[in-house]
Amino acid sequence: MKRTIMAGLAIVVVAGIGAALYINGSTRADDIADNQLQAADSTPPDPAQVRQGAYIAVQGDCAACHTAPGGKAFAGGYGLQTPFGVINSTNITPDRQTGIGNWTERDFFRAVRHGKRKDGQLLYPAMPYNAYVQMSDSDLHDLWAYMRSLAPVSQAPAANTLGFPYDIRLAMLGWNLLFFKNAAYVPVPEQSAQWNRGRYLVDGAGHCAACHTPKNALGGDTGAYLQGAALLGGHAPEITNDAHLGLGNWSAEQVRQYLKTGSNDTAVAAGAMGEAVEHSTQYLNDTDLADIALYLKSLPGSGSQAPAGLAANAPVMQRGARVYETNCMACHNVRGEGIGGMVPAFADNSGMRTPGGANLISAVLKGGRAAATDSNITAAGMPSFAWKLNDTDIAAVLTYVRNSWGNAAPAVPPAQVAKARTALKADTPISGL
Amino acid sequence: MANARPKADVVVIGLGWSGSVIAEELARAGLKVVAIERGAWRDTATDFPPSVDTDELRWATRKEILQPPKLETYTFRNNATQQALPVREWSNLTLGYNVGGAGTHWAAASWRFNPFDFQPYSKTVERYGKQQLVPGLQVQDWGITYDELEPFYDRFERIAGTSGQAGVINGKIIPGGNPFEGSRSRDFPTPPLVPSRWNDIFTQKTTELGYHPFPVPAGTISRAYVNALGVHMGPCTYCGYCQLFGCGNWSKSSPNACVVPALMRQPTFEVMTETEVLHINKAPDGKTATGVSFVGKDGVVGEQPADIVIVAAYQLDNVRLMLLSGIGEPYDPRTKRGVIGRNYSFQTLSYAYLWFENEYLNPFINTGCLAIQIDDFNADNFDHSGLGFIGGAGIQSLSNNGLPIGMAGVLPKGAPAWGKGWKQSFQHSYQNWAMVQGQGTSYSHEDAYFDLDPVYKDNFGRPLMRMTFDYNLNDKRSGEFVRQKCEAIAKAVGGTQVESYNFAADHYTPFRANDSSHTIGGVVMGTDPKTSALNRYQQSWDVHNVFVLGASSFPNNGGFNPTVTIGALALWTAKAIKEQYVKNPGPLVQA
Repeated sequence: MKRTIMAGLAIVVVAGIGAALYINGSTRADDIADNQLQAADSTPPDPAQVRQGAYIAVQGDCAACHTAPGGKAFAGGYGLQTPFGVINSTNITPDRQTGIGNWTERDFFRAVRHGKRKDGQLLYPAMPYNAYVQMSDSDLHDLWAYMRSLAPVSQAPAANTLGFPYDIRLAMLGWNLLFFKNAAYVPVPEQSAQWNRGRYLVDGAGHCAACHTPKNALGGDTGAYLQGAALLGGHAPEITNDAHLGLGNWSAEQVRQYLKTGSNDTAVAAGAMGEAVEHSTQYLNDTDLADIALYLKSLPGSGSQAPAGLAANAPVMQRGARVYETNCMACHNVRGEGIGGMVPAFADNSGMRTPGGANLISAVLKGGRAAATDSNITAAGMPSFAWKLNDTDIAAVLTYVRNSWGNAAPAVPPAQVAKARTALKADTPISGL
Repeated sequence: MANARPKADVVVIGLGWSGSVIAEELARAGLKVVAIERGAWRDTATDFPPSVDTDELRWATRKEILQPPKLETYTFRNNATQQALPVREWSNLTLGYNVGGAGTHWAAASWRFNPFDFQPYSKTVERYGKQQLVPGLQVQDWGITYDELEPFYDRFERIAGTSGQAGVINGKIIPGGNPFEGSRSRDFPTPPLVPSRWNDIFTQKTTELGYHPFPVPAGTISRAYVNALGVHMGPCTYCGYCQLFGCGNWSKSSPNACVVPALMRQPTFEVMTETEVLHINKAPDGKTATGVSFVGKDGVVGEQPADIVIVAAYQLDNVRLMLLSGIGEPYDPRTKRGVIGRNYSFQTLSYAYLWFENEYLNPFINTGCLAIQIDDFNADNFDHSGLGFIGGAGIQSLSNNGLPIGMAGVLPKGAPAWGKGWKQSFQHSYQNWAMVQGQGTSYSHEDAYFDLDPVYKDNFGRPLMRMTFDYNLNDKRSGEFVRQKCEAIAKAVGGTQVESYNFAADHYTPFRANDSSHTIGGVVMGTDPKTSALNRYQQSWDVHNVFVLGASSFPNNGGFNPTVTIGALALWTAKAIKEQYVKNPGPLVQA
């Protein structure tokens, strides 16, 4: 009897797993796509679809990963740094030997929305199919037309440098089961069309969660949706409406302006977000940007509370103020006002208050370069101060800006700066400092 | 030709102010433009950030930003009876050696010339008769008037973000500005700088004396500004690291900050840096240029064919390239024939240095061009009858120096040279020293000219350029007149020790401190091919697809810094090329 029950249970569990795997791995939604014509075949794509597809490619920021710096567009070769090793992006031009020239539209749909290659192997979720799965058939048809219109580039993809066990693609079966939600975008009926469009772009093509939602140990999204995450030694900040850490004190217009131009009167995009703005968001139309802003501003977020700030007369604050006056004030201004469109303001800037201040430490140690966009070509820069300021002074000045002009955040310990200095291979200060 | 690159519509030699603004105009019009720059790529954010810029020893003392004289220089003599020798150390001349040219390290005084400066001959003859001109003086009109250039001045100021107080707008005099200036079509893009303590003293006293003080137009800009090309500029912090320094705050007008970010986005533009043009190549019939030959980074000689050649290097290099390329007839001082190398002149500086008894001038708060000026003795703003000269000077209270090393030598005559006495004197002098500067006009003379040196050669075996120059009688007289005015003001403001100088009282030397770097002429624009190398569009009279931009086009110098006039003329020429020359290549003015 007992044995029968166990066996029965086992059958149920196995069947359950089987069913889950089946549902999770199902690409039936992609069957709507054509499976005859190959990318490199001579039938030309429809020009109107190509135009729209170019816009979808911008929404998805495909070029960011599939174009190497200084390389040919969409020919791959960009090394994506992940906690598990380097994943090299592939050539997605319609070249028969090295690209996707032999792929059909259905092959393409499966890869983009379900992480499956033409040969049936599984893609790593570095390719954000877990977001793209929400993209509509119509958007994907257009995107496919655009991909077919590209000039084929002969460039073989480089091998990945993932260690065991991450080099086993089949392991992604388990990852998908745990973290891949195989479902198209479902509009929320009680929300407006604008809100739904914003959410569709944020969660689908925009794949904002890839950086802005914290990951668990296996690289899956946690439940802290868009509430800020560690990213390559830096921090992708919270982008909900949270007042302390998110976009709560930005107007929707400021969000739109930031995504369109790379800056607003408070913040300036640089680093990874700078790239996202340069390659993707600056090209989104104002309606889509407004919808994205509307949606992000509707998210309550983490509900984080501002800690009690440090008093201005604390020794570390006084030291920080001196460092600020002699090193930072020339550009960031007397009371942290910055310069609109080129130099970030510190005053009441949630970017200053992130939990560890990793981006701030990195900016001081390594410097940074603002995004250059069609509407703001300046690309102002932050120089490295690694050679000039020691760990104690950097910690003090960051603690100072994190606790001045409407900001309150934990102090930055000098040891954390020292650690980052080593990790970022930044210069050591010249002797005597 | 070996190593020939694909043909361009336009090749631009030198990527300073002239080269960058004309390249931007022409590339934006769709022309394929290749710029060739001898120096290295330099970028505001990377090369001159505030964290490294404020290094006096590196930039001002060792002059790291300049073309190294050991790489190339010129030879100098005062007159044709002497043997010219190479200048081996830069003093007054400050040749750029990077993308941005001298426009990267300039002091940023952002003047328009006075209307008189463009028509000195006709206006002088009209008011005083020919006898006002001393013998041998080569005074001639430019072929362009202030009014014709006004829209281009306006455009350039909106690229540079210039700060100032308008004195005349549409013929109407505006209080607080320069009442003698040519009429502007509108106000400056940004308001004037906040004056220094020394500026305020000068304003008060010159007003009492009945003069008309006004803020010097500045390219160290007073407010954040988005320029005409869409580049953001930051407000000046008055740090005082301007002349011989780059500016990492996007506060100082420069090609790097104001033009290059827009230029580099033009798909039809490219630049070759660390590449030196050897000469301009001519077609077999000599009537047109076919492009330029250059030596690249790798030391290999190549050719850049082009339909239009724009010569936009520093003034000295423009003259030399024309001589080396055999374009235009070289000037012969014996026969007075020929035009290339003719009309070389400079500026006639006069100073009064003064020390107050007990002031706190706080000179560390300054910019390269923080000054109040009077133009009452500039151009033809006063009656020259019986004075025996033309021209004059802008007389200003310049607050441009608070650097510790540079100021260490600025002590009154007789001050102790070392020890405790020197320290006390330096401390006092730092807060109490000021200068009244007379930046004088200059008119060229038949005995002053450039030619190729018969002895000294550069790395490539090409002759160096030879400068033959000394102050002429007009310089000496105007310099003395201005010296007296400077001295009178220095005494009137309460200077207890006053030393005054007319540089033109002595022979010219390239090694005099505080002398002007504003060399001009040699390939001048004008109305007559016998006395000018270029027509009013800065187009060669002889080879119609060669245009030469820069202060080398000036037949005479104003009592002002030259940069904004250089920029406006480049824009003027760009318009003529875009709208006339490209449609119908040939001389834009019939000789």
